[in-house]
Amino acid sequence: MGGLNEQERPEAGKLANDARSLIESALTEAKTVLGQSELTNRLLNEEIDVTISAPSRPLGGRHPITLVTDDLKDIFIGMGYEIMEGPDIETDYYNFAALNIPENHPAKDEQDTFYLDGGFLLRTQTSPVQIRAMETKPLPIRIIAPGRVYRADQVDATHSPVFHQLEGLVIDEDITFGDLKGSLETFARELFGKSAKARFRPHHFPFTEPSAEMDATCFACGGEGCRVCKDSGWIELLGCGMVHPKVLKTSGIDPEKYIGFAFGLGLDRIAMLKYGVSDLRLMYENDVNFLKQF
Amino acid sequence: MNVPFSWLMDYVDLTCSADEFAHEMTMTGTKAENIIKYGEEINNVVIGKIISIARHPSADKLVICKIDIGGEKAPQIVTGAKNVYEGAMVPVALNGATLAGGLKIKTSKLRGELSEGMLCSIEELGYSVNEYPDAPADGIYILNEEVSPGADARDILKLREDTVEFEITSNRADCNSMLGIAREAAATFKKTFSFPETLPKKETSEDVNELIDVEILNAELCPRYIARIVKNVKIGPSPLWLRQRLITAGLRPINNIVDITNYVMLEVGQPMHAFDIDSISFCGEKRKIIVRNAKKDEKFITLDGAEHVLDETMLVIADSQKAIAVAGVMGGENSKVTENATAVLFESANFNGTNVRLTSKKLNARTDASSRYEKGLDPNLSIVAVNRAVKLVEELGCGETLSGMNDCYPSPKQPHTVKFRPDRINKIIGADIPAEDMYEMLSRVEISVSDDTASVPTFRPDIELEEDIAEEIARFYGYDRVTPTLMSGAPTVGKKNLKQKLEDSIRDIMTASGFYEALTYSFESPKVFDKLNLPKDDPARNSVVISNPLGEDFSVMRATALNGILQALSINYNRRNNEAALYELCKIYKPKALLLTESPDERNVLVMAFYGIGDFFTLKGVIERIFDRVGIKNVEYAPEKSLSYAHPGRCASITKNSVNLGFLCELHPVVAENYKIDARVYIACVNADFIYENADLTKRFEPLPKFPSVTRDVAVIVQNDVTAATIEKTMIKAGGKTLRSARLFDVYKGENIEKGFKSLAYALNFRAADRTLTDEEVLKSIEKILASLEKVGAKLRDH
Repeated sequence: MGGLNEQERPEAGKLANDARSLIESALTEAKTVLGQSELTNRLLNEEIDVTISAPSRPLGGRHPITLVTDDLKDIFIGMGYEIMEGPDIETDYYNFAALNIPENHPAKDEQDTFYLDGGFLLRTQTSPVQIRAMETKPLPIRIIAPGRVYRADQVDATHSPVFHQLEGLVIDEDITFGDLKGSLETFARELFGKSAKARFRPHHFPFTEPSAEMDATCFACGGEGCRVCKDSGWIELLGCGMVHPKVLKTSGIDPEKYIGFAFGLGLDRIAMLKYGVSDLRLMYENDVNFLKQF
Repeated sequence: MNVPFSWLMDYVDLTCSADEFAHEMTMTGTKAENIIKYGEEINNVVIGKIISIARHPSADKLVICKIDIGGEKAPQIVTGAKNVYEGAMVPVALNGATLAGGLKIKTSKLRGELSEGMLCSIEELGYSVNEYPDAPADGIYILNEEVSPGADARDILKLREDTVEFEITSNRADCNSMLGIAREAAATFKKTFSFPETLPKKETSEDVNELIDVEILNAELCPRYIARIVKNVKIGPSPLWLRQRLITAGLRPINNIVDITNYVMLEVGQPMHAFDIDSISFCGEKRKIIVRNAKKDEKFITLDGAEHVLDETMLVIADSQKAIAVAGVMGGENSKVTENATAVLFESANFNGTNVRLTSKKLNARTDASSRYEKGLDPNLSIVAVNRAVKLVEELGCGETLSGMNDCYPSPKQPHTVKFRPDRINKIIGADIPAEDMYEMLSRVEISVSDDTASVPTFRPDIELEEDIAEEIARFYGYDRVTPTLMSGAPTVGKKNLKQKLEDSIRDIMTASGFYEALTYSFESPKVFDKLNLPKDDPARNSVVISNPLGEDFSVMRATALNGILQALSINYNRRNNEAALYELCKIYKPKALLLTESPDERNVLVMAFYGIGDFFTLKGVIERIFDRVGIKNVEYAPEKSLSYAHPGRCASITKNSVNLGFLCELHPVVAENYKIDARVYIACVNADFIYENADLTKRFEPLPKFPSVTRDVAVIVQNDVTAATIEKTMIKAGGKTLRSARLFDVYKGENIEKGFKSLAYALNFRAADRTLTDEEVLKSIEKILASLEKVGAKLRDH
């Protein structure tokens, strides 16, 4: 550049610049082309067999009875219930006497109840939690209480000495049998689907009066009648009723002012119905090939 | 309670089918469990008369019968039966007939001869010799009486019956009878309930009281005892209708007198007993019945031949010398009615239900009578029953009834009253039923009302309170007619408490870690402590004992959660499952004293175990994750050598602030072998209550770092017995605020490392919140760390 005159200089400069940008763009282009083919090659070489199973271990899972319990908890929490628990080892008072099950009632027979020494026993139902709720909770009460219960039944396809129940209790002023129906029908629809119907039949429990059993439309056949519901179209779901005035009184609640309803159902049975498990023993064997199905 | 539908029709005129009947009864509270349709499948079977019998031309053992079935055409039937004769009346299955079990009969040829049907045995009609004692053990059933040929065999032989099986709840002892069900049926269908006749037309001039005395020595256990006497009895089989009714209700016919007592028990609900009068000894001029407590070790043989040893709590019916029945349970061998009896005494008594239940349990003799007594019977039923029995004697013509009765009833039971406010009842039900409708409904079950009081008959002791009246109203109004409503009143908030939320979190983590939830029994065998290798004097063996277990395997409440989960792994291993990872959130039970004086502790524990999916550190990772998730920090793990069921070199105690939270370990191979698992098993047990009580789920935001962090790798050499935890603690303490973490990434033993020593390599991460750290600062920190490490015997590894 130094050897050029004033006129030539810009011309030469421009040429040089043009040449440089030409070289530069050629270089960039070459790089891009090279890069692209390299990337193409790489992607080609990196092909994998996407059908190979993932090596990771499968997820574990909750027990079917827990799953059913979870469903019921969700339904009742949505309806304003708290979840309460009680001990497995109970006294005669909570399991029987306070629930209006008098001395010498056949249900207290040794053949049904497991006794421990010192007058303790294994609760035969979740109902003692009702009494504990009435003793400790301020009114109004709206609780459910899932848990283990025990009865001296030999193990077979439908019996287990350990099983699970869920208890419910509502106490307030002005509760009616109509409220019991409304609440439990809502529950049945949540559990078995919008088209499920509930049917209430008179029954007897020492701790409720009036008492009822609730059947729900068979979820397997929709009420047509099938093997699951023994052709009746109905599945016996739970026992319920208005809390017996003697029970309220025993727990220090005035039955003229307060009234309520209670219900109880078997969780193992609902799990068996829901998942089509035909043998209760499977629930307590814990074979992973069984558990992984839920 | 089995109720033959046709029997019920004696008392209430129902026009519906058995199915509708069962349904409506269910909806008013008498639940039908089942409907048994006897003889439903029997079709096209008639009664025929054998006109002639000819030999079969080509079979020695077969004959050809011509049968008159009332029409012009007399079919011919080939039979191999030996007891047929000309003139016999027999059931004939015609061409196209269906027999018991769905067997179809068609015209066919037997050894070349046309046979247009089949002659039937009683078995082919669905019954047996038990129900039809006049049927031959092997052969065609031949009727005793002449009937017109062609008549439907179902009608003549009473083959067809719908029997509804009801579940009777414990409060409704009155429904354990045809009359009780009939009363409910009449109320359900708004029909008239008609009571059967209970008084014989003829009684002899002789009075019972001239022949017999009754004395009750324990009126608490026997509120009422009635005796009536029948003489010139003719013992024999009962007529078919009576036998049939007993059979369809589930009882076996014996003889007319015994059958009458059973029939009355089914019909009225009052158990009765018949004694051979000659077996009751005289006490002076008259025979005497004494109702008394048994003597200690009194020996007694019941009529089933069983020998019993009685005690003083039991009640017996006795004469002046001996017991002749265990009250309410069973009569004695010494007084039972045999074919030779000439006069019988009918007992219709009321006994204390609880006492009968306890006695029958102690004697292991539960009978139809005892199961009715134990539910508690109305003493006013006794007189109905005994009069019904003598009425049946007259109807059957099997004896003459003496006039009068000996009725010992010291304090007669009266109807009781219950408060009754229609408003209150409507408030309970949530309905608006007019009071007049309520009166009408109550009158259907014989409850009468005046003002605000209901008068309740003695057979309904279950109605004690206004709420019981409410149920009567509601069930006849119809539970289905009550409008479902939603609760009014203050809204309540439904939610899970902290413990319940934590349980959910733990289950989620266990699921994410690949574990399945197990549920195992809460009780087990005391032998599990040996299986777990626990020392004989280990306090962990203290457990809550069940007094009446289902065998030794279920006899103590679990004091440790280990056995349940290991047993489950064992089942999986035995079934050749390659791997199994299980956990359980469960309770263990610890007595506070060996003889329970207060409620035992119920402790929540989380137990997890696996084989085939990993090692000790897989397990530890899960536990660390849980503590991290629930916000419990500074959990420490230390080598633990004292657990007898653990591999001594692969076991850690879990502690926080010196509080023991559990352990994790590889299972001792001996214990694994006890559970028949030939694999390395890993197991951990954590105190879940500690988690529930100490979890901290509060979250607080920490600003994201503004300045970069610096990572330096450092490897140190220490003796094998120095734990990583010691090294880490030392480093964290010496590293000051800027040391954010020390992560172990390599453990090395072998070449270049002296025997008995190991190399631990850590990635140390430094960062300051307010500035970028300089090299000098980091170097200074590392020097300080190394200096501290020297004090615990760790030297920098020079490569």
